[in-house]
Amino acid sequence: MAQFLPLSDAIARFVRSGDRVALEGFTHLIPFAAGHEIIRQRLTDLTLIRMTPDLIYDQMIGCGCARKLVFSWGGNPGVGSLHRFRDAVEHDWPNPLELEEHSHSAMAQAYAAGAGGMPCAVFRGYLGSDLAHVNPQIRSVVCPFTGETLAAVPALRPDVTIVHAQKADRAGNVLIRGIVGVQKEAVLAASRSIVTVEEVVDDLGTTGTNAVVLPAWTVTAIAVAPGGARPSYAHGYYARDNAFYVEWDAIARDRDRFRAWIDAQVMS
Amino acid sequence: MNYTSNEMMTVAAARALRDDDVCFVGIGLPSTACNLARLTHAPRLTLLYESGTIDTRPKVLPLSIGDGELCETALSTVPVPEMFQYWLQGGRISVGFLGGAQVDRFGNLNSTVIGAYSHPTVRLPGSGGATEIATGCRRIFIIMPHGPRSFVEKVDFVTSLGHGATGRERRALGIRTEGPVLIVTDLCTMRPHPDTNEFEVATLHPGVTADRVREQTGWPVRFRADLSETPPPTDHELGTLRDLMERTSRAHAPASRPATSAISR
Repeated sequence: MAQFLPLSDAIARFVRSGDRVALEGFTHLIPFAAGHEIIRQRLTDLTLIRMTPDLIYDQMIGCGCARKLVFSWGGNPGVGSLHRFRDAVEHDWPNPLELEEHSHSAMAQAYAAGAGGMPCAVFRGYLGSDLAHVNPQIRSVVCPFTGETLAAVPALRPDVTIVHAQKADRAGNVLIRGIVGVQKEAVLAASRSIVTVEEVVDDLGTTGTNAVVLPAWTVTAIAVAPGGARPSYAHGYYARDNAFYVEWDAIARDRDRFRAWIDAQVMS
Repeated sequence: MNYTSNEMMTVAAARALRDDDVCFVGIGLPSTACNLARLTHAPRLTLLYESGTIDTRPKVLPLSIGDGELCETALSTVPVPEMFQYWLQGGRISVGFLGGAQVDRFGNLNSTVIGAYSHPTVRLPGSGGATEIATGCRRIFIIMPHGPRSFVEKVDFVTSLGHGATGRERRALGIRTEGPVLIVTDLCTMRPHPDTNEFEVATLHPGVTADRVREQTGWPVRFRADLSETPPPTDHELGTLRDLMERTSRAHAPASRPATSAISR
């Protein structure tokens, strides 16, 4: 059953150095506050899993939290490069970063396979792509009914998945609405889960609707973190800070400027 | 009305979309072209973004693939695994609109690395949805500014299959979709040769010479026998595009930002 904890306690208790960690949220509801807490607690050696690493993993990679990245699109959406990610891949700074690279289709279905308790995801994919040549986890199976060769990737099973949601009720049930991404699959695929929320309410108001509700018994810990998705957004609460995404390009381009930003905005 | 080569590129790409198309939209140039088509000649055009938004009608262009604007103006928003499984893999999409850092004469696209994969000179964002968009949509349109470093003899990495290294690989791999049928650049439009699938220049944008296209293409580019001139943008197309860009830059301006945005705790 979900327990309510301060964010720092939730991270300290349920995320360990060396874990396979997924912070999900497809552009929307990216759990920045939780990522910053991981940076503050100086966790290292993490295998970071996320379809779109986005600014949060750029920051965590630049701070030396990651040993390996499992991902499918590593850019600053609509802006360009993730410079800390590039610096790690191109120059091993601040440490070498092992890559396990997929397509979106593969990762989305690998989370769904993890949620469904399957060992792998089978789909029509990677046809003619060199990704299958550089990632040994991309394999194939033959359909026993039609003989079609299909792509197979291992199910994603994070040690811990962290997502941000609009709200939880006092029993610990969690509501996610708007662009729901792969959050439900990522939580259900993980051994442990932490959900940060904008607020805790008496009633989620979802009876009879099809909004995504994670029952309290699928969530390990809930931490209240208003604004915890900024500079991404929380549908119904605040808008995406597109201007900051543009500004990040110049901040992350330079190692010293990046460090200064982390010191001022995350560590202090 | 005067116009830029980028505006010509966007307008030419928009014209390729039909009113009954169902289009899987990439962010950036494809998104601009698709929304221009929707606001001009193709009002019923169905746009899907990989964030799960189906039949979305954004008033301003999204900066990211998952801006709230896309969800708020969508007919429906579905989870991302469903988007790739039911809608793309299920064969519901008529056109996929892609770009990349490199393209070759057979429309193979690279958005992964420049240089060797293990030690890249430039690490690019990677596939995102593109790898399966390239094989799952019935037809693919490519939009990319022309240049000798992007229109190359051989892409450094095949992120998204076009017609393969030989021009005939789709069939060999059992792929039933058509693959790339159009490349739109800031200089010209290109179509694959019906027999070889090699992209050839079909129309030159007004004022662009064949020599200019040769200079900017990394392979000995061919021109179709019926080479013609791309019709210039109409006042309506240009006006609509400029209004859209104006609205978009106003919406994304720093002034609209909440005060505490950079700090997330």
